[in-house]
Amino acid sequence: MRKSVSIAVLTAALVLGMGTMAVGQRNFLAGAQQKTETTEVKIDNFSFGPGTLTVPVGTTVTWTNRDDIPHTVVSTEGAFKSKVLDTDEKFSFTFSKAGTYPYFCSIHPKMTGKVIAQ
Amino acid sequence: MAVKLKDEILHDHNDDGIDRRGFLKCMAWAGTGALCVMSGGVLKSYSLSRLPGLSPKEAMGELSFVQISDSHMGFNKPANPDVAGTLKAAVDKINALTAAPEFMLHTGDISHLSKPEEFDTVDQILQSAKPKDVFYVPGEHDVLNDDGKQFLERYGKGSKGGGWYSFDKKGAHFIGLVNVMNLKAGGLGTLGHEQLEWLEDDVKQLKHSTPIVVFAHIPLWSVYPEWGWGTEDSAQALAYLKKFGSVTVLNGHIHQTMQKVEGNVTFHTAASTAFPQPQPGKADSPGPMKVPAEQLKSVLGITDVNFVQGQHALAVVDSTLA
Repeated sequence: MRKSVSIAVLTAALVLGMGTMAVGQRNFLAGAQQKTETTEVKIDNFSFGPGTLTVPVGTTVTWTNRDDIPHTVVSTEGAFKSKVLDTDEKFSFTFSKAGTYPYFCSIHPKMTGKVIAQ
Repeated sequence: MAVKLKDEILHDHNDDGIDRRGFLKCMAWAGTGALCVMSGGVLKSYSLSRLPGLSPKEAMGELSFVQISDSHMGFNKPANPDVAGTLKAAVDKINALTAAPEFMLHTGDISHLSKPEEFDTVDQILQSAKPKDVFYVPGEHDVLNDDGKQFLERYGKGSKGGGWYSFDKKGAHFIGLVNVMNLKAGGLGTLGHEQLEWLEDDVKQLKHSTPIVVFAHIPLWSVYPEWGWGTEDSAQALAYLKKFGSVTVLNGHIHQTMQKVEGNVTFHTAASTAFPQPQPGKADSPGPMKVPAEQLKSVLGITDVNFVQGQHALAVVDSTLA
């Protein structure tokens, strides 16, 4: 997933508008439409909001735990891992490489989310 | 929680003390306490109001121990800003039991944030309990940040792998399992291959008539997977226990009493000593349930378990702290 998006971004940056891309470009454009300036993820009621966040490469995303139970923010693929976050505590990570970053709460693994950096 | 206090069985078609509409009734009885006696794989349940009619042997047994769970020391928000106070109330309740328990099981979430001072406070409070031996299994709140290193240093002496172990008391075999480590994204509690292999080996030599008591933090039955209230590979563990005539599984984690019977296996979850959680699916999330201060102690509690030797019966009694 991460690989395909990286390729999409690179290729798109190089040849966007040349009209030779099919699948890769469509994926990129779909991602671009969801793109938002939001760099905050809020943890409420045992869920990450927004569940999927799309940001430009280089963006720092900050998670804030607004539950009265501790949570963590842990990359499924080992890219980042917060300490345990008690109520109102925050964790930040800068996405310097393009890719899709699935993550979860290691205490409550049913809580999952995703950051797409492009 | 709107606990409806019932003290009678409404649909006891088989005359065995079990309401066939489901054992969730045991949960409804939690406000007053429920006694569930298992004998030869058959569970009989009574409300505490019927206890005077039972013989002392039926009600007490020869081995008595008590389960406490989910102390969450360090939690300080509504509905319970004083979890030390309610743990002390639980100890008072234990010390007042007529059949003095020989030991205690703590089924995890001793601490809220795995802080040394939180564990210290629980240790200190439990020192005033009459039973001096406490057997622990970790909850997910006890293994934060250090993969359980501190928990194992404090409570895991003599245990295997991630903290699992077994011991024998008066002919019953007790097995403490760990299902809060190495949790996978999107998944439930996990026992893992190494622990399952150990379990298979641990029970291999036991007679089929040996009563088995398994205790672990997250329920070993599927209470409500949507909230993570279950264990991925519990079926494999239970398969190793199939040959036994009497298996009692004691869990915590869900902060409410609940019971289920499958064949010879009785599953039971204990109340928390700290704060209640909502019934499955009855809230947006399984976060702490806020109740009026005067109701708090009626939704917290301890579980007293009695084993009658020779009858292979375990009686599980929940009492609230009210």
